[in-house]
Amino acid sequence: MAIAELTPPQIASRPEVALAAMQVVYKRPEALTEAYTHYCPGCSHGVIHRLIAEVIDELGIRERTIAVAPVGCAVLAYEYFTVDAAEAAHGRAPAMATGIKRVLPDRIVFTYQGDGDLASIGTNEIVHACARGELLTVIFVNNSLYGMTGGQMAPTTLPGQVTTSSPYGRDIRQQGWPLHITEMLAMMPGVAYAARRSTHAPAEIRKAKKAIELAFRAQIEGLGLGIVEILSSCPTNWGLSPMEALAFVRDKMVPVYPLGDFKVHQALAARA
Amino acid sequence: MEKSVIFAGFGGQGVLFAGQLLAYAAAEEGLYVTWIPSYGPEMRGGTANCTVVVGDEPIGSPLVRNPDIVVAMNLPSADKYEPLVRRGGLLVLNGSLVKRPVQRHDIDVIVIPANDIAESLGSVKLANVVMLGALIGATGLLPLSAIARALAEHLPERHRHLLAANEEALRQGADFAMRMWPEVVAAVSV
Amino acid sequence: MAKTLWKGNEALAEAALRAGVKAFFGYPITPQTELLEYMARRMPELGRVFLQAESELAAINMLYGTACTGTPAMTSSSSPGISLMQEGLSYIAASEVPAVIVDIMRGGPGLGNIQPSQGDYFQVVKSAGHGDYHAIVLAPATVQEAVDLMYISFDLAFKYRHIVIILGDGTLGQMMEPVEMPPFKEVNGGEPPAWALTGAAGRPHRVITSLYLSAERLEALNLHLQEKLARIKENEVRYDTTMVEDAEYLIVAFGTVGRIAQSAVRQARTTGLKVGLFRPITLWPFPERELDALIERVQGVLVVEMNAGQMLEDVQRVVKDRVPVHFLGRMGGIIPLPDDILPALHTLCGLVRSRNGHRVRPVPA
Repeated sequence: MAIAELTPPQIASRPEVALAAMQVVYKRPEALTEAYTHYCPGCSHGVIHRLIAEVIDELGIRERTIAVAPVGCAVLAYEYFTVDAAEAAHGRAPAMATGIKRVLPDRIVFTYQGDGDLASIGTNEIVHACARGELLTVIFVNNSLYGMTGGQMAPTTLPGQVTTSSPYGRDIRQQGWPLHITEMLAMMPGVAYAARRSTHAPAEIRKAKKAIELAFRAQIEGLGLGIVEILSSCPTNWGLSPMEALAFVRDKMVPVYPLGDFKVHQALAARA
Repeated sequence: MEKSVIFAGFGGQGVLFAGQLLAYAAAEEGLYVTWIPSYGPEMRGGTANCTVVVGDEPIGSPLVRNPDIVVAMNLPSADKYEPLVRRGGLLVLNGSLVKRPVQRHDIDVIVIPANDIAESLGSVKLANVVMLGALIGATGLLPLSAIARALAEHLPERHRHLLAANEEALRQGADFAMRMWPEVVAAVSV
Repeated sequence: MAKTLWKGNEALAEAALRAGVKAFFGYPITPQTELLEYMARRMPELGRVFLQAESELAAINMLYGTACTGTPAMTSSSSPGISLMQEGLSYIAASEVPAVIVDIMRGGPGLGNIQPSQGDYFQVVKSAGHGDYHAIVLAPATVQEAVDLMYISFDLAFKYRHIVIILGDGTLGQMMEPVEMPPFKEVNGGEPPAWALTGAAGRPHRVITSLYLSAERLEALNLHLQEKLARIKENEVRYDTTMVEDAEYLIVAFGTVGRIAQSAVRQARTTGLKVGLFRPITLWPFPERELDALIERVQGVLVVEMNAGQMLEDVQRVVKDRVPVHFLGRMGGIIPLPDDILPALHTLCGLVRSRNGHRVRPVPA
């Protein structure tokens, strides 16, 4: 009797048939290791790692990809990807990635950087990597503060946001405005793709994956540097529950950091 | 044998190149040689100088306080280096620009109107090579032919059309010095 | 092969090409800029990578990235730029990737000036970055020696997976001397070593990191580095001597000052002073045993440097209180000439008691 003709109770009563009937619809991407991540409950880094790994698998580039990990919460990112990886000094990932890509131009090189790393100590390196149009992919995770050091103010901290180094709330007269670095970088001719996405809802996560794919395609197709800024939750340092943190991203961060594409190279536009 | 030479003048007078010609020629002759420029802010428009040390043994110090020979192409250089020439040494002065009498009596001096000779050959820019010719003519430090070969090899591309004029400048500088000091003619004409 | 006249900076660059360098990252700074300019011209000619970085910080981190791929790469700079590179040097040392750095020193501290100096001895020899390690430091005295040391620097860097710094000063960078250039060769047979990041094709993925969150693992790394440094110390000491066989007094000087001191030694010998010269070529590892053996035979030591007495501390460490150690140092871009060293030698030899004008100072034991 064909499986399709069996009723569910009949299938359940015959385990060998049940196993044969199952299909793999969700699995660990090959580009992810089996390590447990060290990220806090409710943190978006794990989701973003998975999106990158899925894109690497789907593009079939795992064996020729080299990652550059940052300083910050994702400092151990190299433990979670089954690609070759180097660990950069704080902010220097784009310089290090440049050094790799320039001597191995047929490899796919990506950096994974937080907002303290990329938008503060590493502004010089990212700006000039973009200015040179380095063929790199940059995954820029913005959670509005320095996570690993315990929640200090970053250039991306929202006006009025309380952090351990802005205990009275970020006062723009004293501490300036949030830095919209992705919009700034999008202006540069060397940048082929620049977008901001979020991880606060499943639909947003799907959009983030698409953007990550385009940021890799910009490199693979030799169009220029691709950068995706991804708004990420930090329940631990925000003092919120995971669900409250996602609401914070949606209600507080997105209004300051609007989602969308800031630059799409015309060769990518059809896929965007 | 070890001889130290300082070439000094205004930036743009070609003193660094004159020193290099001497160094190239010395290297070509199989001698040990060092060439070192002053490379401070004075590069920009002020005075420039370089030191060349030539010897038949490895050179220790590439710099000297009291050089054996000074080639001074302008008045500030003459004022600065005349007192420093080693006793018994040689001072080659550009008489076209240094109009004052020489103070020292314990050194040999050649005063050569280098700018005038250079202009008569078509360009005041040849004055550095006239001065170098005078130095060779007066000392026989190296064969004149070695300097001529260095010129042919190292004259920058943009000055290539001036090669013949440079060779003539070198010869006239040497002739001028040899007329002053005929006893070195034999050594130089090798 | 015939000798040709080369400027120090350009000779270093050409020697690096012949030694097999495949990538150069740099940033302009006097007095080493000719090295960068030469590379800008020649590297593309040879199909190799040249990139002018946005800062010395970026340059050293680009070098770090390239080094992770097992590709021979280098940078060059001068004192203030080397200060900026300290960060990258420390990561490179911890990650154990090979890197060659040229430092053509200028006067400091601060912006200082662009004249020759040896003021980087501390920052290059003692602490090229935070943490417990020393870079291999090679100090050439002539343009030919600069070429010869550059030619072996990548081999050393790859052999030990470590940093090699060629330490010269503005004099060496700017001067011209006849040089015999060595033939072109490849580092490590032109192949990336087994540890290199090349993409995890058909093998487990590799990671190059300087992060060791476990104290035990970080200590283990440090012990491993110390063991490696001990091997370097055992095998890589280089030095030169002049007329030390019968010397009663010894000058110790390195780099440009070393060759200047050689002139002073020759002149002193003509006046009957039995003086010799000890010139360390590796500043790290410092030739301790070799200097120690000489100290047994001399009555005094004069250290000459273009700084306030930096290598002096290493010499004192070796001499201890066996013989008097005197010091002559010039700073700010002033080069001590043989004429300065001779009176200092006379002071040392007890012939002249006081020449404070030359800033000779006896160093308390």
